[in-house]
Amino acid sequence: MNDSPLSVQVAFHIGPVPVTTIVVTTWFVMAGLTLAAVLLTRRLRFVAGSVQTVLELIVITVDAQIEGTMQRDPAPYRVLVGTLFLFILAANWTSLVPHIEPPTAHLETDAALAFVVFVATIYHGIRVNGPLGYLKTFAEPSWVMIPLNLIEQITRTFSLMVRLFGNVMSGVFVIGIVLSLAGLLVPIPLMALDLLTGAVQAYIFAVLATVFIGAAVGEGNGAARLPESGKDIRKETD
Amino acid sequence: MDYIKIVSIIAAALAVSFGAIGPALAEGRAVAAAMDAIARQPEAAGTLSRTLFVGLAMIETMAIYCLVIALLLLFANPYTL
Repeated sequence: MNDSPLSVQVAFHIGPVPVTTIVVTTWFVMAGLTLAAVLLTRRLRFVAGSVQTVLELIVITVDAQIEGTMQRDPAPYRVLVGTLFLFILAANWTSLVPHIEPPTAHLETDAALAFVVFVATIYHGIRVNGPLGYLKTFAEPSWVMIPLNLIEQITRTFSLMVRLFGNVMSGVFVIGIVLSLAGLLVPIPLMALDLLTGAVQAYIFAVLATVFIGAAVGEGNGAARLPESGKDIRKETD
Repeated sequence: MDYIKIVSIIAAALAVSFGAIGPALAEGRAVAAAMDAIARQPEAAGTLSRTLFVGLAMIETMAIYCLVIALLLLFANPYTL
């Protein structure tokens, strides 16, 4: 814990490629999430059991958040936003396991996640508006804003990365400092706070990803949410 | 001790301490406004708290930038090499 929070520890080498400990942790988180998803969705039934109800609750909550933020059909964005949320949540909470640092407490993982959001923004913008239509959104509300809009693309991706890094890393760092000063059992309230921070940051990352994609996709033209439309079958009218 | 190190440590402390003032005031105002709005219109609490969270995250970014500057000064200072 006395190391710089900007440095990473190399766990082992595969050929000439060094593999850091946070990458190994990431692999475990990914494997755990994938395994859980595969095992839990193997026997889906029409009348849901208790496990399936919990899964459906998660999906419905993610859908409701996306729909509330974007005013659109959540289907094309559910996978990305839901995965981002669950992965960051799981990665933040790996700090509970002794000797394991959360991967999100290092800049590299956060940079990768922010880059995924950056690419997804462009992809969904082009998918919905077409290449020319997407380029035209940079000239909104007038062409004077083009440089500012271009800079905004970079800065908001950067801030997405730095926000997650700063919050998670500072939580881990503070626990390390308190542990070295006060010893056993004292950092437990801070660890509880860290759990809350981790959940809130995962939520914020997912919501901001939704907001950015929603801004690239544009206003929900006609696909706006109807009141009490939870049961209706909606189609995206792009 | 090299004077660059001393200056870096002081600058890191200044960055975090003064960098926390503005976001703290701003977050207080934002939360107070959201509380007011929820008290007036409790049925809009869901939308309000989602917007509040996003806004707080935006405000908090400023404080996090200061933290990153402090960390760079302390752990990745290019002038102390």
